[in-house]
Amino acid sequence: MSYYFAIIGTKDNPLFEYEFGTAKQGGDGIARFAEQARHMNQFIVHSSLDIVEEVQWGNGQMYLKCIDRFYNNYVSCFMTGGNVKFLLLHSPSQPATTNTSRASTSIGANPTSPQTEEAIKQFFTEVYENWVKTIMNPFYNVNAEVRSPVFRSRVAAAGKKYL
Amino acid sequence: MASSQPVKPPLATQASQAQRGSQPGLRYPSNGKTIYHRPLNRSRTQELSQSSFAYLFGEMVSYAQKRVTGIQDLEKRLNVQGHPIGLKLLDLLLYREPPRTQTRPLHIIALLQFITTILWRHLFSRPADALEKSSNPDTPEEYMISDNEPLVNQYISVPKEMNQLNCAAFVAGIVEGVCDGAGFPARVTAHSVGKGEEGELWPGKTVFLVKFEPEVVEREAYLGRS
Repeated sequence: MSYYFAIIGTKDNPLFEYEFGTAKQGGDGIARFAEQARHMNQFIVHSSLDIVEEVQWGNGQMYLKCIDRFYNNYVSCFMTGGNVKFLLLHSPSQPATTNTSRASTSIGANPTSPQTEEAIKQFFTEVYENWVKTIMNPFYNVNAEVRSPVFRSRVAAAGKKYL
Repeated sequence: MASSQPVKPPLATQASQAQRGSQPGLRYPSNGKTIYHRPLNRSRTQELSQSSFAYLFGEMVSYAQKRVTGIQDLEKRLNVQGHPIGLKLLDLLLYREPPRTQTRPLHIIALLQFITTILWRHLFSRPADALEKSSNPDTPEEYMISDNEPLVNQYISVPKEMNQLNCAAFVAGIVEGVCDGAGFPARVTAHSVGKGEEGELWPGKTVFLVKFEPEVVEREAYLGRS
């Protein structure tokens, strides 16, 4: 399973992006997007923003679950109180589905299963905690890009822990 | 300083602790603890000294008073000082909510209730005294939050020639920040109403007039129908 995580500001501007792979079930934590598909990630995530805008007013929850799908790419969304969107694109790697029964119940193989939803929720919640710490910084302005390497490593740790 | 040293290009994909050193211009405390190492919940029950706040706020007002052209300009500056606080508090207070009630406000009423209870309690340790909708049918986008004695005004005595001024414009800025952040753009102003028969009881009574933009009312009507 490969992941592409992006934080989108209130003006649909990207604030942060990070690419990683699954670290569960012996994964090495490296994203395996096909070279010709990799540059599409940003487009897919950007196109799902329209759906986010539709969903965000129907449900007051922050975690909006899986909101969009493009072929084998699934987009999950988390919306903060300040209208900043966390978008996670997850695409299961194809050969993993032919594996043993243990692998088929893993979060890598079932992008819409409750276990996957829960794992992504925990990932988002941890990122949200760090996000609130970021915006509490008096030197952080709304819609400014997040460049902190500590924030990046925290996101990486959350990804490793839950996904 | 560090300009003579070669700077490593930032790694595009993987980041690690080792990358810390490659960011020029970013300083870390010697103990290695950054803002990300501090818990967000620690000060939930801790209160600040009101005298130190009064002192700080007095300085903020006199700072805002420099080079202003009039009362409105001064209130605008106080409002601008409060605005970023509101933006930050919105997410901080939502984060501190228990998970079951951790929801984004979707309606005007939910947002205003968040402001009058949770925000007010966080800032002043008590809820606001009243929340009313404008009774005038021409202005359905106006709401009023009343505070009988705003904490910020407790040690402020406004000179007679500036009697239009209400320094709670700072609080109005915080409220405006919360509204803007939550996707309900609004103008919030503070007005003193401590006159007449009510003034006997609460001479410092302040009303925060929340005036939402037309698109907010429009969306509210649309959401109510579906």
